[in-house]
Amino acid sequence: MKDLLSAIGKLPPLAQIPIVILLFLAAAALVLFLIEIAPRKGRTYTIIRAVACILIPVAVFLLLGSVWWAAAVAAVLGGVFFVLDYRQKEGTGYLFALAGFLAPAFVLLVIGLVYPTIQTLINSFLSSRGNFIGFDNFVWIFSSENNLVTIRNTIIWVLVVPIVSTAIGLAYAVFIDRSRGERFFKALVFMPMAISFVGASIIFRFIYAYREEGQSQYGLLNQIVVWFGGSPVNWLQQVPLNSFLLMVVLIWVQTGFAMVILSAAIKGVPAEQMEAAQLDGTNAWQRFWNVTIPGISSSLVVVITTISIASLKVFDIVRTMGMAYPDTGVIANDMVSLLQNFETGRSSAFAVILFLLVLPIVIFNARQIQKQREIR
Amino acid sequence: MTTAVSAAPAIDERSFRAATKRTKRRLTSRGATIASLVIAVLWTIPTVGLFVTSIRPRDEIIRTGWWEIFVNPTVTFENYEAVLFGSESLMGPFINSIAISLPATVFPLVIASMAAYAFAWMPFKGRDTIFILVFALQIVPIQMALVPLLSLFSRGVKLDNDNVIYEGLQQAGLFSQVWVAHTIFALPLAIFLLHNFISQIPGDVIEAARVDGASHGQIFFRIVLPLSLPAIASFAIFQFLWVWNDLLVAIIFAGGQASPITRALGELTGEFGRNWQLLPAGAFISIIVPLIVFFSLQRYFVRGLLAGSTKG
Repeated sequence: MKDLLSAIGKLPPLAQIPIVILLFLAAAALVLFLIEIAPRKGRTYTIIRAVACILIPVAVFLLLGSVWWAAAVAAVLGGVFFVLDYRQKEGTGYLFALAGFLAPAFVLLVIGLVYPTIQTLINSFLSSRGNFIGFDNFVWIFSSENNLVTIRNTIIWVLVVPIVSTAIGLAYAVFIDRSRGERFFKALVFMPMAISFVGASIIFRFIYAYREEGQSQYGLLNQIVVWFGGSPVNWLQQVPLNSFLLMVVLIWVQTGFAMVILSAAIKGVPAEQMEAAQLDGTNAWQRFWNVTIPGISSSLVVVITTISIASLKVFDIVRTMGMAYPDTGVIANDMVSLLQNFETGRSSAFAVILFLLVLPIVIFNARQIQKQREIR
Repeated sequence: MTTAVSAAPAIDERSFRAATKRTKRRLTSRGATIASLVIAVLWTIPTVGLFVTSIRPRDEIIRTGWWEIFVNPTVTFENYEAVLFGSESLMGPFINSIAISLPATVFPLVIASMAAYAFAWMPFKGRDTIFILVFALQIVPIQMALVPLLSLFSRGVKLDNDNVIYEGLQQAGLFSQVWVAHTIFALPLAIFLLHNFISQIPGDVIEAARVDGASHGQIFFRIVLPLSLPAIASFAIFQFLWVWNDLLVAIIFAGGQASPITRALGELTGEFGRNWQLLPAGAFISIIVPLIVFFSLQRYFVRGLLAGSTKG
């Protein structure tokens, strides 16, 4: 099996795609067939199945030496388990089916997110060589001027980007609501969502580009300054302006997201409410604040949350645009740099700080879901 | 902003309709139209500028800004040629991007739709709590998972030198690490979004099937999967775009030969100056696939976005 895998790995990239996907699906189909022809009545079989759904992934794990295959088999077993229920009403095969549906996702989540999160917590108290050093990594972070700037920047990103992009997205959604060519206008602003942060960063590098005074400018921003009679500025060298210019890139990308969600929410506000407010003699601005905003509040929360999280994790933009520029660091980027310098402990400590910053958002949202599920 | 208010007291059906119409129209008053035009132009110019830059001759790019093309129109495809077939070819990374994105879209979808079904329609003890935990995992920064997952992939798990529990993924081919990483990181959100959609399927339909003796497997295959195809399709588009546009996972998990185009471009920008006239063409090639996907499948894309988001 391992040989097969490494043989596939040596194929050209495009040839690997169908092979791997087909293997993934074929394995599922094979086991489905086996299950279809197997007898399945009685308590004994239930026990056998329950044991099997734990033992088989473990066995694969041991035999093949690969989480990848264990996960694949777990996924396949999942397929098997629910097919078992084809001939059985709820009761006999239920537990098996349930495990089948959930096991693949659970195995991967535990391996890929739960275990690493715990391990990162532990790593943050270890030196890069693996010795326990208590809170030294955190002390290092909070005693360095640079790191404090990084943390400050991250917090500014989370405050500025969600608010600005939500505000612009909301305004735009309101302005173009029910106008002619609405879909076209939406597509224009939504388009940057499809562009990678790396692509967006390159786009904006050309906008912020700088040449000395007197030379012809190829950066749009400086050209505009020159057209208005000013002298060109080396934008990305200006602290703290440069951080905000990097934020513009993320705002450019995220506004479309905010606009699409809020536009749909606005259309969901009952027209009767609008009319009632209008009959009461309110003006457009009052209706916006008193009818539209309350009507879309839950969507507003979702949009701000999502963009906040994106801003906390922002990394690509700073890396592609700001690496060489002063005081533009953010936590997510510093982490990767530290990791690439084999500073596992310090990198992990930053990860923990990042997690602590995200935690309030997690708790708030988990509460929201809980409320919703109680209503349901 | 003032015209409709005076007409408001009229109550009879017709003028009520007219007032409604006027409300709608006033939301698109002239000021608002101008503002939205300004935003639309501001949001579009950067991309247009990049495209125009990418089709200008090398010397022109260095000498003047892209807007000069309107004064001195010279168009060439030499940058694209250089980027695709030259010594700094991005062709390899481009193909790598495809090889990474397609499987990394299929795997999480299959796994997540199963889990989402269980969370939506299979009652079990502690279901809500576990669901919220899975949701919370979505917000755990991926960065937290990088270090341990990387060492798990590269070193494996060993009791001692003779007893290897698992050898790691490095032997398993160029892309396996990236596929697995993307699959794992996509799961929490995929489960959450698909669950929102699947749980909205009317309970009567499921109930009727159960009364007729259908098992969970049959319900999943014959009712849930066909009905939630729009959501699955839109998440597929989403996941494809995310994976295609990703840089973080690529930097950590994709070895040199498996570099996708985002990483290759990132490295090219690192040497800003030497080859930077190639950057616009390279960047445009990297965004052309997402843009095609985006514009051709926009309708599904937005629907999927809304299925998960407006409910929260």
